[in-house]
Amino acid sequence: MNYLTLIMAIPLVGAALIATLPQAKSLLAKQFALGTTLVAAVATILMTVKFERGNTDLQFVESYDWIKAFGIKYAVGVDGIALVLILMTALLTPIVVLAGWNESDNGRWSTKSFYILILVLQTMSFGVFAATDVFLFYVFFEAMLVPVYFLIGGYGSGERTAAAVKFLLYSLFGGLLMLASIIALYVLSGEQGGHTFNIAALSKLEMSSTTQNFLFLGFFIAFAIKAPLFPFHTWLPDAAKSATPGTSVLLLGVLDKVGTFGMIRYCLALFPEATKTFTPLIITLSVISIVYGAFLAIGAKDIKRLIAYTSISHFGFITLGIFAMTTQGHSGATLYMFNHGFSTAALFLVAGWMISRRGSSTIADFGGLQRVTPVMAWSFFIAGMSSLALPGLSSFVSEFLVLVGTFTRYPVAAVIATFGIVLAALYILIPVQRALHGPTTPGNENLADLNLREKIAIAPVIAVIVFLGFYPAPALNIINPAAAHVLSQIGFSDPAPTHGGK
Amino acid sequence: MLVNNGLVYLIALPLFGAALLLLAGRRADRWGHLLATALSGMSFILGAVAFYEMLGRSPEKRAVSQKLFSWISVGSFNIDAGLLVDQLSICFVLLITGVGTLIHIYSIAYMDQDKDRRRFFAYLNLFIAAMLLLVMGDSYLNLYVGWEGVGLASYLLIGFWNHKPAYATASKKAFIANRVGDMGLSFAIMITFATMGTVSFSGVKEAAEGTSQGALTAIGIMLLLAATGKSAQFPLQAWLGDAMAGPTPVSALIHAATMVTAGVYLITRSNFIFDAAPTAQLLVVIVGAITLLFGAIIGTAKDDIKKALAASTMSQIGYMVLATGLGPVGYAFAIMHLLTHGFFKAGMFLGAGSVMHGTGDEVNMRKFGGIRHFMPVTFITFGLGYLAILGVPPFAGFYSKDKIIETAFYAGGTKGILIGSVALFGAALTAFYMSRLMILTFAGTPRYDINHPPHESSFLMLLPMGILAIGSVASGFLLARGEALVHWLEPLFAPHEGHGTEILPPVVISLMALTVVIIGAALAWFKYGRGTVADTAPTDVSIFTRIARRDLLQDDFNESVFMRPGQALTRLLVKTDDVVIDGTVRGVAAAALASGGSLRSTQTGFVRSYAALIVIGAVVLIAAIWAVTL
Repeated sequence: MNYLTLIMAIPLVGAALIATLPQAKSLLAKQFALGTTLVAAVATILMTVKFERGNTDLQFVESYDWIKAFGIKYAVGVDGIALVLILMTALLTPIVVLAGWNESDNGRWSTKSFYILILVLQTMSFGVFAATDVFLFYVFFEAMLVPVYFLIGGYGSGERTAAAVKFLLYSLFGGLLMLASIIALYVLSGEQGGHTFNIAALSKLEMSSTTQNFLFLGFFIAFAIKAPLFPFHTWLPDAAKSATPGTSVLLLGVLDKVGTFGMIRYCLALFPEATKTFTPLIITLSVISIVYGAFLAIGAKDIKRLIAYTSISHFGFITLGIFAMTTQGHSGATLYMFNHGFSTAALFLVAGWMISRRGSSTIADFGGLQRVTPVMAWSFFIAGMSSLALPGLSSFVSEFLVLVGTFTRYPVAAVIATFGIVLAALYILIPVQRALHGPTTPGNENLADLNLREKIAIAPVIAVIVFLGFYPAPALNIINPAAAHVLSQIGFSDPAPTHGGK
Repeated sequence: MLVNNGLVYLIALPLFGAALLLLAGRRADRWGHLLATALSGMSFILGAVAFYEMLGRSPEKRAVSQKLFSWISVGSFNIDAGLLVDQLSICFVLLITGVGTLIHIYSIAYMDQDKDRRRFFAYLNLFIAAMLLLVMGDSYLNLYVGWEGVGLASYLLIGFWNHKPAYATASKKAFIANRVGDMGLSFAIMITFATMGTVSFSGVKEAAEGTSQGALTAIGIMLLLAATGKSAQFPLQAWLGDAMAGPTPVSALIHAATMVTAGVYLITRSNFIFDAAPTAQLLVVIVGAITLLFGAIIGTAKDDIKKALAASTMSQIGYMVLATGLGPVGYAFAIMHLLTHGFFKAGMFLGAGSVMHGTGDEVNMRKFGGIRHFMPVTFITFGLGYLAILGVPPFAGFYSKDKIIETAFYAGGTKGILIGSVALFGAALTAFYMSRLMILTFAGTPRYDINHPPHESSFLMLLPMGILAIGSVASGFLLARGEALVHWLEPLFAPHEGHGTEILPPVVISLMALTVVIIGAALAWFKYGRGTVADTAPTDVSIFTRIARRDLLQDDFNESVFMRPGQALTRLLVKTDDVVIDGTVRGVAAAALASGGSLRSTQTGFVRSYAALIVIGAVVLIAAIWAVTL
């Protein structure tokens, strides 16, 4: 069964159905959107069950000619890394729809359009992770910008237009560099036995190291902007502040993963030599991101910007894990991507509920919520604990894997990164204290606690966070073979214990 | 047999209690505290059964382990969720669940009037579960989960009344100081894995022999850093005094008897590391010695009864840490003092809670005085704890503390004389501040409104105090008789001959200790016991007293060295990000737009012109790449 095409088609069908609805039926549009995303989630879960976990080949492979003259194919397939990201996307989208039930109400355009954009974005997210043809990947990569641009600019708050434009400019700039690299790859493939955009074929190209370096940078900068990595990060806080909470979840939880996923799938696989050349630089940028993002989060006065900065710190961990080139680092980084999706979703969704009730996103405007809205406060607290990687919650497993996997090869980087865990305690506990603890400040006395819909939305997120903290094996069993395969393909093996041992 | 497959229930029962009480919400208000107490009690019974079963086996077969499932497995990094109960962990299991259950019982009455009592019991159960995991985990990473778990429980309980801003700050401070320590544990685990390829206790013990001195020293120092955070040892001690913001039963259980001793457990558990890393071991001794004086000096200056006891805890744990730094000869004595301290200090904290309960939550000892007339049972149970901590024979502390002082003196050479003297001097200070506390609280004339005299606490509170008082009297003798605890723990540690260099006969050291204790107590009597005590702290005091009252400037130091520079750095980075990094981006974008058309063009047109730019740019770049590769 063509699962990948199926899950990409489901949201499009849903979007088409919503498009036929009358403009006034906004509730129906929401219900359609929820139903569609739930169907897509079920289909993705089925696909995950069918996935052969020990098999390192691409699975659910489909390939059809698209533009035959240029050798462009509609080619898709997943390994364990792509699969968990698709699964994450499929699970988060219905939660976002349910959690942000009223997000589209203050939009520039209709509720219908909002959900059409969300569903189209979901299709493209699936596509970008599933594509095995570089051109197809690029199309999804760039096309994704459009729904996000309209979601921020049309339905966000504050200076939404400026934030949307900033996001677009950054992304287009990165996309431009990547396009140049892709075209160059295509030209090179033509010189070496036939034009192709097939990743596997492209990874066998002969290139001088200068060429490799240039082409690597084209991809890498595009991905570093998307991830985002210091110093390409300044679009994220603005975008996250202006976007609706649900959009922010999709933006930080799903879209940004395309950056780190792309580093594994394209930078490493296509340019192994250049990867080695740039690794010290990227490790440095990762460590700076971890510490720098954490400091900015500590200094943030706005709760949405704060969450965005924590993500910059977390993406530093992910890139660190990728470029440490150990199995622990790689599996940890991929698991980190998955876990970060849920942990950020929890933070953004609860923060969104807090903000919509209070009418402000300034942390100082909150105070003493624990006694007014205990369930909302607890949800925020648990999300925060997940963000600071408390053992027993899922993010601890991934963060520790990244650290231990980095330490065996780059001890200094790992040591500096570990300081991030103290900074994380600060950037979480400071807003927790200001917003949840202390006396209940004026303006907060009558806030309503989470309603049933919101509880239903947040419960599965917390359940995933807790479950994978205690028992990460279901995720790791999918990720491990793929991560090990990537490393062996580019010729890395784990450092042996330095002093004998077992 | 329980030990083969039932160990997990020790942890699972209180964990279940915590989850149920939190999820059930107000519905559980009526029975939550009873369920939590029962679950803690069941854990104690399971622990007792496990202990009984251990007694029936020969020493080398006493340790049992249980693998639950494979927790994290990537490449050669394979961590099982596994439990290990051996002679060391069972001591802690019994202490945690035993004292823990008593404190649950006490809290039923103590927290009677609090509308959030259920939540309090949920946190207590969470703490019991996490602490049991800490001492029962079979690898450093499992221990780490419990380690941060107790940190979380401690944070929640210190901040139980976090609607008061100072209490919320105290809880945050504790968490952050602990995280600094936790970083040490992270480092230790990373180094262990990188050098030995394993992080299980048994694996590390085996591999330690073939590991370089440098690596072992690094691991040891990092473990020590972890221990200083959790056990409030120098230089990470500053959080403990503020942690007294938590309800008093919490101070008794977490911040006196159990959690704060986790550092001692960690070092003792890692004996195979420290025995092979003399530099790290020496640092352990130094940290212990500094802290035991540090805490004792602060203790002499505190008027808040709980903060005086907290300073005392810091100091007493300093003794334990000092003992662990003495190697195989010291571990058992550290654990012995840890156990006796668990009884007498928890008992005294509960006594302090009883006094507070009877005086309308007063903590300032200058507002007490003569309370023994109104609260006789509290006075007697507290008094027995007092005799125990002073080390008066035959009370519990005599056996345990005396052994530490003795072993310190026998450490050999100048080092032995130095640390022996520090330990001896600490005993004198202990006698002084504890006598001061006793006199200010229970003796003398009342300094409160005599129309509202204190009242004795209820039976549910007095019962645990009584049981702990019995422990304060008898535990030392029972553990030391025939060197019972030393022999019990022997199989875990490297064998050693004798007790080091006996520079003085043990009886002389005991007499010296007793003498300094009498001097310390007498000084307190002369200063506070004879005349009237001012009900406000005198202000015309020496600079030394003022420094001691300010906790030896620990907060001033942390604030000026870490907090304020950190805040300045944060402000600087926030500014940099906006002006330099984002400013550069904005500048470049503006320049590009200026060359590409008007900034005010409509958005759609704007996007379209950028699409055109992509194509043009791509062509230029490709040309450039070709030029390079030609």
